[in-house]
Amino acid sequence: MTLLDRVPTGKDLATLWEDAPGIPGFFSSVDHKRIGMRYIYTSFVFFFVAGLTALVMRAQLTTPESGVLGPQLYNELMTMHGTTMIFLFNTPVLAGFGNYLIPLQLGTRDMAFPRMNAFSYWIFLLGGIFMYLSFFVGKMPDGGWFAYPPMVSKAYSPGINMDFWGLGVVFVGLSTTVGSINFIVTIFKLRAPGMSLHRMPIFVWSMLVFSFMAIFAVPAVTLAAGLLELDRLFGTSFFVPALGGSALLYQHLFWFWGHPEVYILFVPATGMISQIIPVFSRRPLAGYLWVAASLVTIGFISFGVWVHHMFATGLPPLAMAFFSAVSLIIAIPSGVQFFAWIATMWKGTVRLTTPMLFAVGFLLIFLLGGITGVMVAVLPFDWQVTDSYFVVAHFHYVLNGAVVFPIFGAIYYWMPKMTGRMLSERLGRLSFWVMFVGFNVTFFPMHILGFLGMPRRVYTYRDGLGWEGLNVMVSLGSLVFALGTGITLVNFLISRRRGRPAGDDPWDADSLEWSTTSPPPDYNFASVPVVASAHPLWDQKPLPYASSGSDEETRGLGPEGAVERETPITSGIDTAPEGNLTIPEDTYLPLMVAVGLAVFFLGLLVNAAAVGVTGAALAVVGAVWWTWRTEEDLA
Amino acid sequence: MTPGRRRWLPAAGAFVLVAVALPACGKDSPSILDHHGPEARHVAGVWWLMFGLAAAVYVVVAGLVVIAIVRGRRTSTPAEDGAAVVRAGTDRRSESAFIWAGGIVAPVVILAILAVVTVTTTRDVRRAQDGELQVEVTAKRWWWDVRYPESGVATADEIHIPVGRPIDVVLRSDNVVHSFWVPQLAGKLDAVPGQTNHLRFQASTPGTYLGECAEYCGLQHARMGFIVIADAPADFDRWLARRSGAGTGPTSEATAEGQLVFMREACAGCHAIRNTQATATLGPDLSDFGSRQWIGSVTLPNTRGNLAGWISNSQTIKPGNLMPPISLEPDELDALVAYLESLK
Repeated sequence: MTLLDRVPTGKDLATLWEDAPGIPGFFSSVDHKRIGMRYIYTSFVFFFVAGLTALVMRAQLTTPESGVLGPQLYNELMTMHGTTMIFLFNTPVLAGFGNYLIPLQLGTRDMAFPRMNAFSYWIFLLGGIFMYLSFFVGKMPDGGWFAYPPMVSKAYSPGINMDFWGLGVVFVGLSTTVGSINFIVTIFKLRAPGMSLHRMPIFVWSMLVFSFMAIFAVPAVTLAAGLLELDRLFGTSFFVPALGGSALLYQHLFWFWGHPEVYILFVPATGMISQIIPVFSRRPLAGYLWVAASLVTIGFISFGVWVHHMFATGLPPLAMAFFSAVSLIIAIPSGVQFFAWIATMWKGTVRLTTPMLFAVGFLLIFLLGGITGVMVAVLPFDWQVTDSYFVVAHFHYVLNGAVVFPIFGAIYYWMPKMTGRMLSERLGRLSFWVMFVGFNVTFFPMHILGFLGMPRRVYTYRDGLGWEGLNVMVSLGSLVFALGTGITLVNFLISRRRGRPAGDDPWDADSLEWSTTSPPPDYNFASVPVVASAHPLWDQKPLPYASSGSDEETRGLGPEGAVERETPITSGIDTAPEGNLTIPEDTYLPLMVAVGLAVFFLGLLVNAAAVGVTGAALAVVGAVWWTWRTEEDLA
Repeated sequence: MTPGRRRWLPAAGAFVLVAVALPACGKDSPSILDHHGPEARHVAGVWWLMFGLAAAVYVVVAGLVVIAIVRGRRTSTPAEDGAAVVRAGTDRRSESAFIWAGGIVAPVVILAILAVVTVTTTRDVRRAQDGELQVEVTAKRWWWDVRYPESGVATADEIHIPVGRPIDVVLRSDNVVHSFWVPQLAGKLDAVPGQTNHLRFQASTPGTYLGECAEYCGLQHARMGFIVIADAPADFDRWLARRSGAGTGPTSEATAEGQLVFMREACAGCHAIRNTQATATLGPDLSDFGSRQWIGSVTLPNTRGNLAGWISNSQTIKPGNLMPPISLEPDELDALVAYLESLK
């Protein structure tokens, strides 16, 4: 308590909050910023790996009857490309941005459950490594990223390949669920005083919707993959028609997660766009409430569209008509957002910086992806184009164009906050243009290939079907696109070494993360800001900070709270201070539980009971210890 | 530079390209716009309607994006020029009106049109009709078993149908999920193990139409093609009659020798040939093999050389297919090829 005799300096606080040095600190940190950046870096490693697999596949598909890859290897790379992009890049990279940004944007000192946060990262990392172990034994999953049984059942897929996938999906799903719970509690309970719901940055809204969707959707895929593994490992027959199981049950479970998942990815991407566009249009977002309401609406409606992935399975037409209609309706909230963005730019003064270029590129790409999305909702049209290259084009416009472009925009926009150094604008613009051209040259012709009858997921095709020229174009485009992403990688590496210092607020932006230093101190804010606007940095100059009161509720608002490693808890609606949350010290427990679970899954994979039991024991001991420590902290 | 304009033009140009190039491109392709049956025709009509709407929406909305950017655009970063932030408040109402009009009213109108089109088109296709010809198609790994229940005729990878008569493809799978797709005739329908699906369609023009498996079904999903041959009704009847009569048996010494090889070697363990002791159903029925156009589910044209290669080692041609390599003496192979090619 001696520190409280004088006003603590930043140096005092830094000592209190910093992680242990070196490797122990690396494995024990619970700081949301370190975890967030690890999420981002790790998922980008997976992004580039999955991108390379795409290039190898394109090498095979450039010419008809090509022999670059055999069917087995092609199918494996195809499966790992999709699996990696969805499970190991898109979802975790957004979780990474959420982890890093949400506490800063809310004006708090960490996430609600910092150890859970570390745990969810370790699970993600170990889950990714688990799936990629398959490369080292040469038995990569080969059942496609949606792994339909009975093709992936033991009878038709006897190898260990699909076990890497099934167990990996169950494992990684834990990470998303745990992370989502953490986001929701953080957003509802740790907002700075004055930040009522209608003053939250749109990115926070989008992560709130992401989290609620994930909590309801992920269990479905966990169940699907889990039952599949019961079939495969223990001989049950949930999905084995010959033994009374149902092949379609799996598809329902999978897509009950799978379609919301598209929006789980898309919603935070639009949240990023809603942050970037106003800042570079020099005015607040038009229709803030419209946009927030759209995100929530999308969250609900997205649970009523999954059957449009199953239009060709022979379901009754009346049932399909319902899903067809809902799939059309979900275009409306996206349209609302789109016109809010246009209105923002229209009434503002647009600066075409690199983040803004990516946002504009997103608009032009998503517009097309959204339009083709409406098309595939039209039942009879979908019968023709589903499982053709038209659909490959459509979902790359949405999942690559409309998610990856915002993520790149976010890298250029927020990386200066994270590293303290600017990225080069010149390389950034170059990267954008190369990516934008490469993207369209790669994916636009795929629409036409689908029309010309090219089915999806083929490792080769015959000569003379009129597909040759377009396939060459697609392959060339993919090289250009890859080059564009590579330029950003180089830009990032250069920036880390000798990028221009960013300063606190290089963009003159409006949200709270820009009020602190770049990179922010470990404790984020010595005193918690007091918010009175949806754009505190624009409207509240200078930004006021709270000071600690003498009572229990307000004790943590000022630097005294930072000294105590506490962050204020506020009421969910009107953000009245309610108490304080103690931020735990570094701990190995999350890592221990995650490793235990990884060993447990490894035991299942190799069918070694001793290994499985050891892992489970490690996880249980870790979890008990973890819980027990919490009780001690409270006492 | 005017990046906005540059970006907009290629996009619009691309749409024009589709409109012009798509029908032309499809000359050699199984294109969904090169329709030869009512369902494909309906869907092509739906497409052109949607294409018109989509092009209009894209041009208008992308145009708005570009104009919004170009008005008062600057290239400096905000912090550099210290640009004041414009505060909203006074024009909330016009913003709301804009978002209402563009984000709700316009989409609702367009989506309502599409909803009506969806319902009417769905109602008009795939309906059970009188006088249907039933064809039982069972998806295998990785080929198609084809049977005509009324006449007992069996074949594989080739579906003959009469032009103008409603067809009911009774679609099954006894292994994994596949999908039946003949782009020029109709959209897809999955073959799902444990259930029987009915794809009802017809062909309106005589011709040969490429079909494909459209649901990923494992190693050789890419080489699971078939063809649909739509003939004039009289030609179809002749085709069917020739296959349902009593076979003639081998007609020459070479083919007789080939038949012996077929029965003696592994062939008869998996394949059936009408009016012989070979009745196995693991592999394709070969009763009319000599008249088929393709080997290995549209993998190779059916020539003697290709057939000899296929028999010797199909694993080099279609790796992972379920037919083992068969090693035969050259004269045995010749005889077997001659026999199989004589089956019409």
